Amino acid sequence: MNVIETADLGKRYGKAWALRDCTLAIPEGRLAALVGPNGAGKSTLMNMAVGLTLPSTGTVTLLGGMSATAPAMLQDIAFMAQDAPLYKNLSVADMLHLTKNLNWRFDHARAKARLVDLGIPLKKKAGKLSGGQQAQVALTLALARRPRLLVLDEPLAALDPLARQDFMGTVMTAMADDGVSVLLSSHALADLERVADFVVVLGGGELRIAGDTDELLAEHRLLTGPASEADRLAGLLSPIQVKRAEAQAHLLVRTGGPASAPVPPGWEAHPVSLEELVLAYLRPTGIGSSSASFPRTELTEVTR
Amino acid sequence: MTILTMPAQPGQDTGAEPRAVPWQGMLWVTWRQHRGLLISVPATFIVAVIVMLIEGPKIHHDYATLMACRPMASPACQQLSNYFNSTDWHEGNGVHVALLAVPVLLAMFAGPPILARELENGTFRYAWTQGIGRLRWTVAKLTFLGAMVTILAFVISQLFTWFFAPFLTTENMTVLSPSVFDARGVSYAAWTLTAFCMGAFLGMLVRRILPAMVATLGVYLALAAATWFYLRNHYPVSTFWPMQFFEADWLLILSVLLIAGTVWLVRRHAA
Amino acid sequence: MTVLTLPAQPGQNTEPAHLPWQRMVWVTWRQHRSMLIGVTAVLAAVSIFLLIAGLKVHHDYSALINCRPASSDACATKNSSFNNADWTMGNTILILMNLAPVLLGIFTGPAVLARELETGTFRYAWTQGIGRVRWTIAKLTLLAVVITILAWAFSQLFAWFFDPFLGFEGMNDLAKTVFDTRGIDFAAWTLVAFTIGALLGMLIRRIIPAMAATLGVYLGLDLLTWLVLRQDYPVAIDTTNAGLFNGPSTPNSPWILKTWTIGNTPWWRYIPVSRFWPMQLIESGWLLVLAIALGAATVWLVRRRAA
Repeated sequence: MNVIETADLGKRYGKAWALRDCTLAIPEGRLAALVGPNGAGKSTLMNMAVGLTLPSTGTVTLLGGMSATAPAMLQDIAFMAQDAPLYKNLSVADMLHLTKNLNWRFDHARAKARLVDLGIPLKKKAGKLSGGQQAQVALTLALARRPRLLVLDEPLAALDPLARQDFMGTVMTAMADDGVSVLLSSHALADLERVADFVVVLGGGELRIAGDTDELLAEHRLLTGPASEADRLAGLLSPIQVKRAEAQAHLLVRTGGPASAPVPPGWEAHPVSLEELVLAYLRPTGIGSSSASFPRTELTEVTR
Repeated sequence: MTILTMPAQPGQDTGAEPRAVPWQGMLWVTWRQHRGLLISVPATFIVAVIVMLIEGPKIHHDYATLMACRPMASPACQQLSNYFNSTDWHEGNGVHVALLAVPVLLAMFAGPPILARELENGTFRYAWTQGIGRLRWTVAKLTFLGAMVTILAFVISQLFTWFFAPFLTTENMTVLSPSVFDARGVSYAAWTLTAFCMGAFLGMLVRRILPAMVATLGVYLALAAATWFYLRNHYPVSTFWPMQFFEADWLLILSVLLIAGTVWLVRRHAA
Repeated sequence: MTVLTLPAQPGQNTEPAHLPWQRMVWVTWRQHRSMLIGVTAVLAAVSIFLLIAGLKVHHDYSALINCRPASSDACATKNSSFNNADWTMGNTILILMNLAPVLLGIFTGPAVLARELETGTFRYAWTQGIGRVRWTIAKLTLLAVVITILAWAFSQLFAWFFDPFLGFEGMNDLAKTVFDTRGIDFAAWTLVAFTIGALLGMLIRRIIPAMAATLGVYLGLDLLTWLVLRQDYPVAIDTTNAGLFNGPSTPNSPWILKTWTIGNTPWWRYIPVSRFWPMQLIESGWLLVLAIALGAATVWLVRRRAA
């Protein structure tokens, strides 16, 4: 089952498209990382997924086909918006009580225990907590609702490294213990590189690439070779990105399948890291770089 | 750790204070930040002026006709009198009440948002760390906005004095009747200024906008009530202009104290 | 209230479709506690003042009407003192009382929705299980009911306070400034002010501008009612009988809405005092319908609003 499915999803504000032609399917049980620079459309996509915004075009469905605006959907989805909005003048205990009243499922005991574990005073007003504490409270509230899908909009942005580690630890534990699927956005990939098993790259309001991390890494290669041949090879292979450095050129290409496709003579193939992959899709320089999907090339075509 | 030290060049400022950022910059800042206020207050002023300029001549005409009507007990003159006492009076009274409501509304809507909003939002952390410094920033804003509302208030109260004159006879009021006294001379402008300063001060004291607005409303009404029913009876003077000046004086002193209090609060505010 | 505390298995969806409305009672109370307490406290403080001042006014008035002989200097002094001191205070409070509905409205209406939108907490509130529509309906209804009841009680106290002044300055129950402050009219106007505030809060999305706009819209509606709508309530009578209006004004005098002449005959449109309650019901009736319509519009806006 796909936890999130979109078809030609788009959102326009006035004349400007914040997101366009977005078609993707995120399977369940994943920690899906939504990455891209500021203004790429990540928040827009998330807001549409949780029903806060209506799409201008296209559709988004959740948890196997439920409309994002269906009232029943709210029972199974928990959202944590940017800047962890809590009611500043309510105490943490009040926020627990509030969320309990507003939902069918709420594991009050566990939420309380977790906050006590974290050393967050229940009587303190939410507005007086530190950024890291506010994020943890917001996360606790979301998880206590026992959702099937957890959507987190830039939860790590305001957190220090220690707080980030704690936060991600909580998320991973929830995934393991309760089987929650997670969609989490960030503009800093380093936080998510090791834990994300599904990646969605947005840039300039467009979906650049999306897929299982393992599959994506297996499908891409970095070809290194003499700069003089770079243009010819680029014409044949439609690389995602071409980088030149004096005598050497690097081409990042997408192949049709895993590993052992023959490499052109004089060139070396290296695996790519997730960060290199994401950056390449965000700043493509290959042929067809402005379209939403990038052609796959069989390396075997090249060797003659 | 290496510290880069350079010998000071002759002619460079050595230990002299940097020049303060000029006041004029704050004009644009005040305009941009409080555009809503700076548009709506003059707009309301213009509307009030238009209303009085349209209705005023009519009221004066009706009054003159009424006063000249003979014989006074005839049905025709009675009719004129009834009309003047109902329709014209309602218009006049309506404008009167509206005018008296302005200082308190101004106090509520203009005063607190100037400072309390910055504190509530946290944007004071930007505003007060700019080159101009928090004191100049505060004084400039309060002065520009305060001056504007006071001047507009003075002008409109002069127009109102003319507008309302006929009713003094027919409604058995004098210029010393509390609500009339407040709306003419220099009193109206003084109350408006005080209301504004009160709002700014309470905004800085209470630091949250809505509670500050409520507090301003309460304090202003209490002060107005105290003046009407008590303080005015104890002035050392009892004719119109001396009383006007006496009242304007103590209101002005109060306004200055409120501004000073506001600036002092800004100064010692520790984030 | 039972709350499910066992961890639900993902995939299980055994809950009924909607959460019970009672949940929103605590939510509304806790979120708007300061506002409700503040409003109650202010009304209570003013009520205490009205009580004390009212006792004095009633006392002075009964001393005045029981004064014998009626034409003596002593009684004349009582008369002019009542006219000056008591009446000035009474009239001032009357004017403030006419502003009270809109003041109550601007401090309560916009705060409900504009604050959530301004601070971003709607992203929390509208993604909770109860759903944004139910959340809005419950909040608006609960707050509207509480505020209306408080307003009604307050206006009853004021009506008692002001009673001695009826007949002064040609006033009676039907004079607009008096009419609006008694019966059920005051409560109805307060309710409308609240719903205007809530709707404008949703439209404008920032509290202070919404408050200012509410003030403007309410005053416009008030003016419209006074100058236009009231002329045509089906309780008025048109007559050429001048004899009705010759006597001195008493609290029982008919209330003249307007006069005009056709040919040489003067006409009057007036409302007899006996029609006070029909008029209250008419005005409160359409105000109630308006309030419900505004509330519905607010909910509709919440429903279709894109972030």
